[in-house]
Amino acid sequence: MAEEAVLGFLQTNDQISDSHQFAASVGVGHTELENVIKSLKGFEIVDAQEITRESWVLTEEGKKYMVNGSPEALFFSAIPPEGISRNILKEKLGIETFDIGSKAAAKNKWIAFEKDLVKRKVESVEDEVKNLLTRINNGEVVSDQVINDLKRRKLIVKQTWKGYSLKRGPKYVSKRKKAATDLTREHIVSGDWKNLEFKEYNVNAEAPAIQVGYLHSLLEVHEEIQNIFLQMGFEEMPTNNFVESSFWNFDALFQPQQHPARDSHDTFFLETADRTKDLPEDYLEKVKRVHEFGGYGSKGYGYDWKRDEAEKNLLRTHTTAVSTRMLFALAQQETFTPKRYYSIDRVFRNEAVDRTHLAEFHQIEGVICDRGLTLGDLIGVLEDFFSRLGMSKLRFKPAYNPYTEPSMEIFSYHDGLQKWVEVGNSGMFRPEMLLPMGLPEDVNVIAWGLSLERPTMILYGISNIRDLFGPKVDFNLIKNNPICRLGI
Amino acid sequence: MPTVSVGRDRLFKALGRTYTQEEFEVLCFEFGIELDDVTTEKAIIRKEKHLKDETCDEGDEEVIYKIEVAANRYDLLCLEGIARALRIFTGKETTPIFAVSNISAKSMHKMHVKPETAQIRPFVVCAVLRGVTFDEAIYNSFIDLQDKLHQNICRKRTLVAIGTHDLDTLEGPFSYEALPPTEITFVPLKQDKSFRADELMEFYKGDLKLKKFLHIIENSPVYPVIYDNRRTVLSLPPIINGAHSAITLETKNVFIECTATDLTKANIVLNTMVAMFSEYCQKKFEVEPVEVLYPDGKTMVYPDLSVTKMEVPIKEITGPIGISLNETQVVPLLNKMQLQSEKVFADGETKILISVPPTRSDILHARDVVEDVAIAYGYNNIPKTKPKCHTTGGRQPLNRFSDKIRAEVARAGYMEVLTWILGSKEENFKKLNRSDDEKKAVIIGNPRTAEFEVVRTSLLPGLLKTLKHNKDHPRPIKIFEVGDVVTLDETRDVGAANNRRLGVLYCSGSSGFEEILGLAERILKVVKKPHVEVETKLELSHEPEFFLDRQRSIMFSGRCIGKLGVIHPLVSWEGFDISDPCSFLEINIEALL
Repeated sequence: MAEEAVLGFLQTNDQISDSHQFAASVGVGHTELENVIKSLKGFEIVDAQEITRESWVLTEEGKKYMVNGSPEALFFSAIPPEGISRNILKEKLGIETFDIGSKAAAKNKWIAFEKDLVKRKVESVEDEVKNLLTRINNGEVVSDQVINDLKRRKLIVKQTWKGYSLKRGPKYVSKRKKAATDLTREHIVSGDWKNLEFKEYNVNAEAPAIQVGYLHSLLEVHEEIQNIFLQMGFEEMPTNNFVESSFWNFDALFQPQQHPARDSHDTFFLETADRTKDLPEDYLEKVKRVHEFGGYGSKGYGYDWKRDEAEKNLLRTHTTAVSTRMLFALAQQETFTPKRYYSIDRVFRNEAVDRTHLAEFHQIEGVICDRGLTLGDLIGVLEDFFSRLGMSKLRFKPAYNPYTEPSMEIFSYHDGLQKWVEVGNSGMFRPEMLLPMGLPEDVNVIAWGLSLERPTMILYGISNIRDLFGPKVDFNLIKNNPICRLGI
Repeated sequence: MPTVSVGRDRLFKALGRTYTQEEFEVLCFEFGIELDDVTTEKAIIRKEKHLKDETCDEGDEEVIYKIEVAANRYDLLCLEGIARALRIFTGKETTPIFAVSNISAKSMHKMHVKPETAQIRPFVVCAVLRGVTFDEAIYNSFIDLQDKLHQNICRKRTLVAIGTHDLDTLEGPFSYEALPPTEITFVPLKQDKSFRADELMEFYKGDLKLKKFLHIIENSPVYPVIYDNRRTVLSLPPIINGAHSAITLETKNVFIECTATDLTKANIVLNTMVAMFSEYCQKKFEVEPVEVLYPDGKTMVYPDLSVTKMEVPIKEITGPIGISLNETQVVPLLNKMQLQSEKVFADGETKILISVPPTRSDILHARDVVEDVAIAYGYNNIPKTKPKCHTTGGRQPLNRFSDKIRAEVARAGYMEVLTWILGSKEENFKKLNRSDDEKKAVIIGNPRTAEFEVVRTSLLPGLLKTLKHNKDHPRPIKIFEVGDVVTLDETRDVGAANNRRLGVLYCSGSSGFEEILGLAERILKVVKKPHVEVETKLELSHEPEFFLDRQRSIMFSGRCIGKLGVIHPLVSWEGFDISDPCSFLEINIEALL
């Protein structure tokens, strides 16, 4: 109805100068008219210019004065010619009207106080405030002095008035065709789609969120790294044993019993399931001997090796404990077969938690076991592995690790950070670790390890590890992370 | 890894040239140490005192390099050692030959060991440095090296403790004894009054640096103590030295004693001390021996600075690296690494005879020599090859199966989360309205905080905690995790076993019991194997974490493999501060494999 009125009016008139007046004249609300104007403007059917004006409107109190009269007028007319006691008057008018009215009436010099009595000072009064409020309410213009007085008494407030002036637009029509919003089954079947006008789509509008499931970002990276291992011929190790003995976690790796990693400051030891009951006795004897006296070409560490230490259970500090079990099992085979093993699983360190450290994280480990493997092979395989992870510029730094010799730290040049960052550790397992297991002398084992969290944090630009992993994870981070493109 | 602070200018002076920081970093990288930080003494003091810039007047502006060294290279724990190693590495000098001075048995200082020491700290090794010239920097380095050794190989003085003394204030022979604390009285270092040993221990309980060593002897009926011929106390190892024999800048002759529970490490520590500081002796690299006499009549002379000879065939060195070098090429590489070598002919083949100096206690095996050759050759110069073995890739069936389940649950519109294996006892038991489950759980013996007291026995607490931290997320919240729980298991060598679980939590304005039930049915449907009939059904259960009868056990071939239900408000609201109703499903995936 409003649309027809606008279009019809503009057919015979050049413009609608004030949308408010127009709304009032055709009897529609201004809000309704405004919606019509916006729609018509969008289709360039009309030209709409916004106009703003400031006006004064009455507050609730102002409206009350306009209807009932101002408190000072009420006060005045409540006083009989002979005067009246204050208390009676207060009772008659109510405390609020009395207070405001007495002050204003006194200021206007309408009344006088004589002891307890209130008396008129003038015959009659004109309720100027009421008159002014009525005029303002009717949209009349009054002087600034008046406005200030009424504003101070909080009887009026300023309101910004917004409206439009309208002209015919470039695509003006006297009557608009009704546009369909969506293509329906009826449109198709009836053939109406041929004649119908369709509303233009706002292609910039965002679609409402769709309901989907999500996989965790860290595990998405996990999967891609796993795929790289599989492509390179690696076989997954069974790592579902978080509780491990010190023997398999440390001693079998030729890690001496006084090594700082075996301190309670670094490792979680246990209260229940605190000791291992079952260790391979023959092998244990060989491990003991190699720690104490060496053998296999080694001079050993020369200390008293204690079974008691080896039996202490712990939460594994590295998945290399599993690799060690796997290599021991391999050594028990009748004929040696080369193996490539990998694992990606949880390890535990008794460390203080901060932005980059957690007490548990995921270790990625790759192990190759074959006759005559070399450090050159390790470097070659690392270049292959890391280039598939998008790190093709590597260099290697000599390092120390009790169970590998030689040991190498792996550095990769990060283009974004413009510096070399350490990305992992690697080395060849020591003969003191492999030979007591019974592996042939010419068998070498090359291995490397890194954490899953660090490359993931670099990849997704996450600075606080707790946003990624653990109960304080940010759901929006899981929802908004892009798909993992490692290895693609 | 230990970090050693050295003055940059002193280091460069010792190296005989200056480097830019980048040049020095490259040298460190090649040699296998790392320039960890560049700072000044002033900055260090500021940091320690938490002061802002410009408000500290102490310390000077000398640039300090903090260098990280390998944990088994005790010979690199001081400036002297780092500088020497780098001079030899860059070919500026050759490995020094350390000598034990040739003095008669009579004029040798003696240390008598009393049998009681066997009860507490059985070993002592000693040596004398003659004609040492200290200046302030050398003196500080001498003290710092002892500190670094104590922190590292000495395992905070438990295995070995070092005492150094001004020999000219003492009179041999010396005796190493173990006496009841009440019988030992002396003036300790940095004090001016005499203490009885038991009182001294009490006194040091308030000393930040020393209190952490007290436990080593505190509960022993006898304390180790070293006396000279006049019953002057040299030291109360491993706690403190006597004030009487304290080293000063004027000290010329230094007596070093190392008491220990591990003789191998005592020798390494003594050798490191004398090898580093005999550089400042009148006769460079010469050390005067001390005879140690044991109660059983056995006598030993320390230090043992002999070189260890290793004969290694060239193939055993170049083979594991994957380079082809001949003997004449390998020998100079070894020499760069302080391993003086020569080509010899033995057992019908050419070998390399390597002299391992007493400073290189890290060389245990020919494989350690291999690493040194690889470093000298340059890790980054080694030709890259590929392992030739043919192997095939493969997954663990359980892990592959778990991935299938994860995908299935995600397809059902759930969000995967990843929570911690470790949690508090309160979350794992009490907050789940459970009390008796501790008997099945693996409890941590040495948790650093209450966050890490127990290995989880259910995925529920982790999921509830995750939900709690994301309370404001729009409903419904549908999260899941596939992961391991651990319970005690007598059939395993370690007495505990992992179990793979699926945990699903649904939270919305209503309980979501049907949602969870629907998902459980979906899982049971998709895990069916072709041609295998399995009976699955739900039975009413009575678990305390669930609310009234809104809970079921999931029976699979007559065995309970999971549970589901509406979470009890005592758990969700009182335990985890979650005001909306939740439903939870947990399934043992291993049982479905």
